[in-house]
Amino acid sequence: MAETQIKNYNINFGPQHPAAHGVLRLVLEMDGEVIERADPHIGLLHRGTEKLIEHKTYVQAVGYFDRLDYSSPQNQEHAFALATEKLLGLEAPARAQSIRVLYAEIGRLLNHLMNICAFAMDVGAMTPMLWGFEHREKLMEFCERACGARMHMHYFRPGGVAFDVPQSLLDDIYAWCPDFLQICEDIESLLTENRIFKQRTVDIGVITAEQCQDWGITGANLRASGIAWDLRKSQPYDGYEKYDFQIPVGKNGDCYDRYLVRMLEMRESVKIMRQAIENMPGGPAKSIDHKITPPTRGEMKHSMEALIHHFKLYTEGFKVPAGETYCAVEAPKGEFAVYLISDGTNKPYRCKIRAPGFASLQATELISKGHMLADIVANIGSVDVVFGEIDR
Amino acid sequence: MDTALKELGDFIRDELGDAVKDAHVRLGELCLEVERDEILNVIKYLRDDANCQFSTLLDVCAVDYPERTERFEVVYNLLSMTHNTRIRVKLSTDEDTPVASVTSVFNSANWWEREVWDMFGIGFIDHPDLRRILTDYGFEGHPLRKDFPLTGYVELRYDDEQKRVVYEPVKLTQEFRTFDFLSPWEGVQRMLPGDEKAETEADAAKQEAK
Repeated sequence: MAETQIKNYNINFGPQHPAAHGVLRLVLEMDGEVIERADPHIGLLHRGTEKLIEHKTYVQAVGYFDRLDYSSPQNQEHAFALATEKLLGLEAPARAQSIRVLYAEIGRLLNHLMNICAFAMDVGAMTPMLWGFEHREKLMEFCERACGARMHMHYFRPGGVAFDVPQSLLDDIYAWCPDFLQICEDIESLLTENRIFKQRTVDIGVITAEQCQDWGITGANLRASGIAWDLRKSQPYDGYEKYDFQIPVGKNGDCYDRYLVRMLEMRESVKIMRQAIENMPGGPAKSIDHKITPPTRGEMKHSMEALIHHFKLYTEGFKVPAGETYCAVEAPKGEFAVYLISDGTNKPYRCKIRAPGFASLQATELISKGHMLADIVANIGSVDVVFGEIDR
Repeated sequence: MDTALKELGDFIRDELGDAVKDAHVRLGELCLEVERDEILNVIKYLRDDANCQFSTLLDVCAVDYPERTERFEVVYNLLSMTHNTRIRVKLSTDEDTPVASVTSVFNSANWWEREVWDMFGIGFIDHPDLRRILTDYGFEGHPLRKDFPLTGYVELRYDDEQKRVVYEPVKLTQEFRTFDFLSPWEGVQRMLPGDEKAETEADAAKQEAK
């Protein structure tokens, strides 16, 4: 019997598909069940962040960074705060740096918990989501206790952090750490040796180290491919060189390795958090240069100058000397960078946001070609994309 | 750190000759300004040379300076994981002059260049797939240009009678407010209200003389 020729056909994956992790529209060309071509259409969540930032003062711009990668808002703010400080020639006080490191690691946990649990659910495991999100909620409570907002913290500002943290909060975070390590073990016991999970992830979506560099992929995805590159170690900022932690590295660069690397990274983050709390220095939590950071309410009651500073900062903002800088941090998803150009006024002239997910998503076709339709769900889940930052 | 970067910059300038217009280190960051036509060679050299090994292209973006004759700057940020250094490569262009695409050297450039095309309208020669990427299907204009208004030109809403989404010109219920925070004492070079008329008159006179 002559074989019948079956024509390739296109299907639309998303933008309303729960496994598309937001608003990804993926146009797939299928040969039967096998993916021939994958063309991601992005931009459905484009809000013009970069344009808006050009019309806002530096402190107002911080809020936009929360709304990029909404699963780990702190880490984005961190890059912007560092870039602005670099242009200002200002260094945050020691306590501010430690608080930032603590909360940046909380951000990493928030992100990895969300990613691992959602990824597990994408490939069929329900329970990690229920366990992980309970702890995610606790972490968001810590965020709320520091600044009043569960998610969009607006906390890391140029010159330090918005508010100091009380000792009781630090004690509670410290006490929470062992519980969390326990839940990590529990989640691992469900997934790591799980037959179904391994069948869905091992050798799926392999990216080699060379491909990672060629496609600009950074972060956990790069480390899963075997390159020990972490900006916290190689280009430390905010005193990361003082902390003792390891960089987990994968071997095969497949979905399973990416999961393992994230799992181990969470444990390292807890290590860093403990060290940050143990060695929390005293002193102010933001720069005492009140041309940059606002004075306290108490000061404003009796100091005319403080009142003037407050008024100037909340109307005009501060001016940043002309110059440009490319400042990168190791965000949970990879290298998140801000290319900031100042023209000497109170608003950024240009603020380019380098989102790690943009580069990771671009490689979708590369890693999905030749796989089955069901594997694309595992691939998208494991490269860790959030559309807030990709679409900007 | 700064001296090492300076040496690297001087080395690259010596190697590439006229292709590099300027190499400088500011705020501890090395920046090369290169000739537009040479960009492909420069990027290839930076990737392949043993002293550079900038194996990752992290970002391509553009900046708009409307007052310059060549108003756009295209900026490439590269990273060398081997040497743990970063470099920034810049070139300038205008609305009509396309730039050579570097997708043949780095695959990552593909989407970044699409984004630059979308946001600024800078064309790239030999780009495999130069479509808009972030804006809506059928969008007109290039939103990150400085002369594009923040509010845009069109807004959309769901029309219940036509049962579909319709586009309409932007209607602002309140006038768009921007405040000039530059102190009058620092801004002496700024134009005083009314001065622009004198200038246009002078321009008109010049045109007539021609």
